[in-house]
Amino acid sequence: MQVAIEGPWSPLFGRLTLDAIPYNNPIIVPTFIVAALAGLVAVGAVLYYKKLGYIWREWLCSVDHKKIGVMYIILGLVMLFRGYADGLMIRTQQAIAIGPNSPGFLGAKHGYLPPFHFDQIYSAHGTIMLIFAATPLLTGLGNVIVPLQIGARDMAFPYLNATSLWLTFAGAALVMISLFVGEFSSATWVGLMPYSEMASNPGVGVDYWMWAIQISSIGTTFNSINIIATIVKMRAPGMTWFKLPVFSWVQLTTAIIGLTAFPILTVALTMLGIDRYLGTHFFTAGMGGNFMLYINLFWIWGHPEVYFLVLPAFGVLSEVVPAFSRKALFGYPTMVAASFSIAGIGWMVWAHHFFTMGMGPNQIGFFSAATMIVGIPTGVKAFNWLFTMYRGRISYETPMLWAMISIVLLLIGGLTGMMLSASVIDYSVHDSVFVVAHFHCMVLVIGASAFAAVIFWWPKVFGFKLNETLGKWFFWTFIAGSLLVFVPMFMAGLAGETRRLDYVFNTALAPYMLWEEVGVLVYLASIFFFVAMLVVSLWQRVPAGESPWGTERGLEWLTRTPVPFYNFAVTPHVNALDETSWRREVGAALRPTRYVPIHLPHGSGLPFILGMDVFAWGFALTWRIDWLIVLTTIAMIAIVFIRSFDRNEGFIIPAEEVEAYEANISTASIFAEQPKRGHGLVGEAH
Amino acid sequence: MHSEKPILTAKTALWAYEGEEHDFISTRTFGFWLYLLSDALIFAGLFASYAVMDNPMSAFGHPLADGLLSASRGLEQTFIVLGSVFAVSIGSLGLKSGNKGLVLGGLAVGGLLGALFIWFGVSDMLAMAAAGNGPLESGYLSCLYTLLITHALHMGFGLLWILAMFIHIARWGLDAMNTARLLCLRMFWQFQASVWVIVYVYVYLFGGAH
Ligand code: HEM
Ligand SMILES: [Cu+2]
Repeated sequence: MQVAIEGPWSPLFGRLTLDAIPYNNPIIVPTFIVAALAGLVAVGAVLYYKKLGYIWREWLCSVDHKKIGVMYIILGLVMLFRGYADGLMIRTQQAIAIGPNSPGFLGAKHGYLPPFHFDQIYSAHGTIMLIFAATPLLTGLGNVIVPLQIGARDMAFPYLNATSLWLTFAGAALVMISLFVGEFSSATWVGLMPYSEMASNPGVGVDYWMWAIQISSIGTTFNSINIIATIVKMRAPGMTWFKLPVFSWVQLTTAIIGLTAFPILTVALTMLGIDRYLGTHFFTAGMGGNFMLYINLFWIWGHPEVYFLVLPAFGVLSEVVPAFSRKALFGYPTMVAASFSIAGIGWMVWAHHFFTMGMGPNQIGFFSAATMIVGIPTGVKAFNWLFTMYRGRISYETPMLWAMISIVLLLIGGLTGMMLSASVIDYSVHDSVFVVAHFHCMVLVIGASAFAAVIFWWPKVFGFKLNETLGKWFFWTFIAGSLLVFVPMFMAGLAGETRRLDYVFNTALAPYMLWEEVGVLVYLASIFFFVAMLVVSLWQRVPAGESPWGTERGLEWLTRTPVPFYNFAVTPHVNALDETSWRREVGAALRPTRYVPIHLPHGSGLPFILGMDVFAWGFALTWRIDWLIVLTTIAMIAIVFIRSFDRNEGFIIPAEEVEAYEANISTASIFAEQPKRGHGLVGEAH
Repeated sequence: MHSEKPILTAKTALWAYEGEEHDFISTRTFGFWLYLLSDALIFAGLFASYAVMDNPMSAFGHPLADGLLSASRGLEQTFIVLGSVFAVSIGSLGLKSGNKGLVLGGLAVGGLLGALFIWFGVSDMLAMAAAGNGPLESGYLSCLYTLLITHALHMGFGLLWILAMFIHIARWGLDAMNTARLLCLRMFWQFQASVWVIVYVYVYLFGGAH
C-alpha cells in the first residue's frame, strides 16, 4: 500500500543512496569536518582517561533524576548552539541578499544560500530552538529541582524518566544527522500544509522533521506523567499543597499542559505520516483532504506548547526574585492561581495563529477576547514579582540580573502579543517579522530564565559557583545582542517585511538588516563569555559552601552542597513554605542527628538501548528501509517485554555508609564514581 | 495559611526517620491513569477530526457512515467488548481473595472475547475496502479507518499485555507488582471499551444505517 516515491529505492537501503551525502556542499562539508573532529576528540578523551565504564554505568544507565536533568540541560545547551548557528546563517543571508543588485556567492543568485537550503535552515532553526533547546533545558531543570523541592528520593517512575530522556535524544539525533545525510524539512517548524504533503514535498526532509518531533514529544508526554505523579504522590511528610514551592506548582501546571496538549500533536503528525507513507487523504489538496484540520490540530498543541515553555520560566523567576530580594514571594496563592488560569486559558486561544485564514467574525471575536484575557493572570504574576522586589534588600548577582531582564522582556513580548490579539492589527502584521519579534521576546524570557536557573542552582549540583565577572559579561553582551536584533526586527515588521525571506526585495529595509546582523554577531561575543565562564569556573572550582548565595529559601537548599546522589540523608519533615529560610530563622536543625538506611532504584541500560533503537527506527522510517523498520519495531516490543521482568528492587545504602558519605560529602556528589552495587536487594520495594 | 510562620517547639517534627511511606500500588495506578488521560486526548483528537471530516465534501463522492456501517453489527461488537470487560473485572475479584485461577480465567475469557472483537472489526473493514471504499479513497474514509484501526491496535496491544500477564503470574503469583499491573490492565481494558462505546454512538448510531 506504500505510496509511490520519487527517485531510487532499493530493498537494502530504502531511499538512501550516496547522493544523499552532500559532499560537494561548501557549507556542510567544513561543518562535518569540525563536528567529526570534535566527536573524535571527545571519544578519544573518554578512552584515554579510561572513562568509558564510568560514563556507561554512572550516566547512560543512570535513573538518578539529577543526572538525567543534567543530561537534558547539556542536550539543550548543545542544541541551543546549533540553533544559534542556524540563526546566524539566516541573518547573514538577509543582510546580503537585499535588492536586485545584491551579490551572490557559493552558487546562490543572491546572498550565499540557495532558496531551498535557506528554507531548510530556518525550518531547522525553529524546530531546534523550541523542541530541542528550550524544552530539554526546562525539562532538565524540572528534573533536577522538583524532587529536591518536595523532599523526594527520586521521581515517581525513575526508569520512565530515563526513557523520556533517551527518546528526546533520539529525536535530537535525527535532526542532527539530517544535516549530513539527506536534507531537512523546508516547510518551517509548523509544517506548512498542504506543502508538507508528498505531492509538493517528495524528499525526506519532512520525514526527518516529523519523526524527530514525534519521538521527542512522546518523551515529553512521559515526562509530564512523571512530574505529575511525583508531585502528587512523593511529597515529603508535612508538605501540604500550600507548602509546595512555586516552582513545583508551576511544573505541575506545565506537566498538565504537556500531558493534555502533546497527544494532539501526536495525532496531527500521525495523520501527516500516514498521508505521506500510505497515501491517505487527511491534509492533501484533493480527494476530500482538509488542510485546515492540520492547522487547527497543530495550533491546538502549538499554543499550549508556548505556555508549556514559558510557565517554567515564570517558576524560575518566582524562586530567583525572592532569593535576591531577601523576602518571601509576594502573593504566593495568587501566583498558583495565575499559573492554573494561564494553563487553562492557553487551551482556548489557538485560533489566534490564523485569524487571516477565513474565520467568521464570531470566531475571531471569541479567540481575540480569549487571547487578551491571558494578559490578566500574566499581569498578576508580573506585579507579584515587582511587589516582591519592592522594599526588598535587592542584590544584583547574575541570576537576579537575568530574572530582572526577563520581566522587561515579558513586558515587551506580552504587550506586542496583546497588539496581535486584536484581529484588526493582526490582519496587517500577520506573517510579518513583527510576529517573529514578538515571540522571540517571549522565547528570550525563557532563555534568560533558564540562564538564571542554571546559574542559581549550579552550586547545588556541582558544589562550586560560576564565575560572576564573566557571567556579567555574558549577560550584558547577550542583552546587547538581543536588543540589536529584535528592536530593528519590530520596526522592519511594521515597515512590512514578511517572514521567511531568503531574498529581501525592499532595499529600504537594508539598515534594519544590517543592525540585526550586528546584533547576531554580538551574540557571538556572549557565547564566548559563556564558554569562558564555564571553563574558568570548572578550572577554579572554589567550593561554594553549604549556603552559596546566602539567601536560599526553598527545601532544595536543605540538602548538602553538592547534592549527594541520594538527595536527603534523612527525609525532612516540612513545616513551612520556605523551609530552609524558616529553619535558619528560628534556629531549627539543618542536619539530622542520626542516619537511617536509604533505598534507591538501581540503574538500567535498557532506556538507553531503547532510545538508540527508536533512533534507528526513525532513521529507517525516514529513508523507508522496510526491513529495518520491522526489525526495530520488534526490538522495541522486545525491550519493553524484557524490561517487564526486571522488578527493579533497587539497593539499600546502610546507615553507616550514609554517615560516611555525609562526613565527606564530595564523595557522594553525582559526579563521583560509586562502587558497583548488586541488583535485587532484600527489602520492600516502594 | 502560608503567611503565618510556624513556631518551633520541642515537638516540631524536623525529620522523617521512620522513612516515608509511598504506596507503591497507588503510585503505579495513578501514573497509569495519567497515561490513559493522554490516550483519551489522542482519541479526542481523532473524534474531533472525524467530526470535521464527516461531510460530503470530504467523502469525495464516496459514502459516509450510513452507506458503510451497520448499527446492528456494531451492537454485536459492543456486547462482545462489554462482555470482555465484564470477564476481566470478575476475574480481578480474585485479587482480593488471592484466587489465581479466577484471575487467569477472567483474563482468558476476556482475551478471547477481545480477539473476537478485533476479528469482527477487521472483517468489517476488509469488506468495506473490498466494496471499493478503502482508506485511500477519500479524506473521510481515511479518518474513519484511522479511528477504527487506532482503537483496534489498542485492543491488540491489550491482548499482548494479557499474554504477558500469564507469564508474570505464573512466575511471581499475585505479588504487589503483578497486582498493580493487573489493576492497570483492567483500567486499560475498561477504557478501551468506553472508547468503543463512543465510537458506536457517534459513528454507528449517529451516522450508520440501522
Ligand atoms: C500575553 C501573552 C501572549 C499573547 C497575547 C500572544 C499573542 C500572540 C498572537 C496573537 C500571535 C499570532 C500572530 C500572528 O501569527 O499573526 C502570536 C504568535 C506567537 N506567539 Fe504569542 N502571545 C502571547 C504569549 C506568548 C508566549 C508566552 C509565547 C512563547 C513562549 C508566545 C509565542 C508565540 C509564537 C511562537 C508565535 C508564532 C508562531 C508562528 O507563527 O510561527 N506567545 N502570539
Ligand atoms: Cu498562540
